[in-house]
Amino acid sequence: MSQNNTYYHPEDLKKFGNIGEFGPDLAKKFFDYYGSVFADGALSAKEKSLIALAVSHVVQCPYCIDAYTTDTLEKGATEEQLWEAIHVGAAIRGGASLVHSVQALNKVKELGI
Amino acid sequence: MKSLLARGSELSSSKEQFRILSEVSERKALPLFAEKLQESGLFPLFPTGVDILQVNVGKLCNQTCKHCHVDAGPDRKEIMSKETMQECLVALASPKISTLDITGGAPEMNPNFRWFVEEASKLGKKIMVRCNLTIVLAGEKYRDLPEFFAKHKVEVVSSLPYFQKRRTDAQRGEGVFDRSVEALKKLNEVGYGVPGSGIVLNLVYNPGGAFLPGGQSTLESDFKRELKENFGVQFNSLFAITNMPISRFLEFLLESGNLDSYLEKIVTSFNPLAAAGVMCRNTLSVGWDGSLYDCDFNQMLDMQLEGEVTKISDFNQASLDKRKIRLEQHCYGCTAGAGSSCGGSLA
Ligand code: SF4
Ligand code: SF4
Repeated sequence: MSQNNTYYHPEDLKKFGNIGEFGPDLAKKFFDYYGSVFADGALSAKEKSLIALAVSHVVQCPYCIDAYTTDTLEKGATEEQLWEAIHVGAAIRGGASLVHSVQALNKVKELGI
Repeated sequence: MKSLLARGSELSSSKEQFRILSEVSERKALPLFAEKLQESGLFPLFPTGVDILQVNVGKLCNQTCKHCHVDAGPDRKEIMSKETMQECLVALASPKISTLDITGGAPEMNPNFRWFVEEASKLGKKIMVRCNLTIVLAGEKYRDLPEFFAKHKVEVVSSLPYFQKRRTDAQRGEGVFDRSVEALKKLNEVGYGVPGSGIVLNLVYNPGGAFLPGGQSTLESDFKRELKENFGVQFNSLFAITNMPISRFLEFLLESGNLDSYLEKIVTSFNPLAAAGVMCRNTLSVGWDGSLYDCDFNQMLDMQLEGEVTKISDFNQASLDKRKIRLEQHCYGCTAGAGSSCGGSLA
């Protein structure tokens, strides 16, 4: 149990590297993969960081939001870029809910006279 | 805003700054910088030589930036005398020193600044000046500085923390961004930053808060694009420099509650490759009163050189090359991530 009886604790972000304690092989594979994903490639590391910030909001991971807010600032992103990225995530999330209303629409029509 | 000294803040004393840094280091069980260097086989740290003489000609400045490690400002009166400058010139004549790097405060506010540049220029050395840009617009007597710099082929290195107004003004003072852009245009007009002109204008990026500078080359292309598109301004290179957890930036870290996490961050980002190239290895720093230091940060923390030579008047290359560089917890600021020096990233 964490010291202050909460599931999320900012201090725990630093312990992410320890997740391999009981399974080092898979953790290593994951971190190698993770490192490669975020390296400069066809997309720049900064663009990838902005994508990660958007996704962190969609998956609502407080650790990732903390890490990628810092990371995007470190990579020189403007506050406007951070917020546009977050809205992209929010728009997809909202859109993904709303697009399912087509199913509701279909059902309403199916059930109606 | 006034300097820490003028406000009577305890943080203006280096003793208090050391006390705070070691208190956090102990509480957070952070390793000593010397221990970390030892792991990389670099301790004790010796110089590679004295290639650059960095002369701090005074703490007087027309700005009072929040991240200033000098605690400079309009209220500071410490100024290097002409006699001490003369002693610096004698040392500078040493054939092993290639570069004079003039810093401050706003070095141009020292009444003997121009004489110093002219004399150094006669010695045929490369001259750099840390110009804060706004000084160029600070009154009639500074207006022709761009022409003066160009005449002596001085390399101008100027801090512009960000390519947007909000973050720059938050760090360096209201209106600083607009005046900096105006000064940059004046420097461009006389050829600074213009390809093929033979005179160089480099900018310095400092993170606008408790985070590290990321990739220097990405930042440089962002700065080049934004400054060109929005203001028609050009420059040569961008140096990304980490904010040091001392003086006024230390005050910001304390007041914003970021001190522990910032120190942890620079310690966990220790990069042995950067450690091998820290600027104290090829630079000698001179204080306004002629005292010698390993770097401008050690200077502001009153960590005078240990050994036989402690004053520029006693300059002796062989003895200086043998000295051990004095290291404390703030040194982590030079070795975090890609590393940081007066010339930007190290690794
Ligand atoms: S950072 Fe530079 S311009 Fe700002 S107060 Fe310090 S010496 Fe002056
Ligand atoms: S703070 Fe000064 S002495 Fe310490 S590593 Fe950096 S340049 Fe060297």
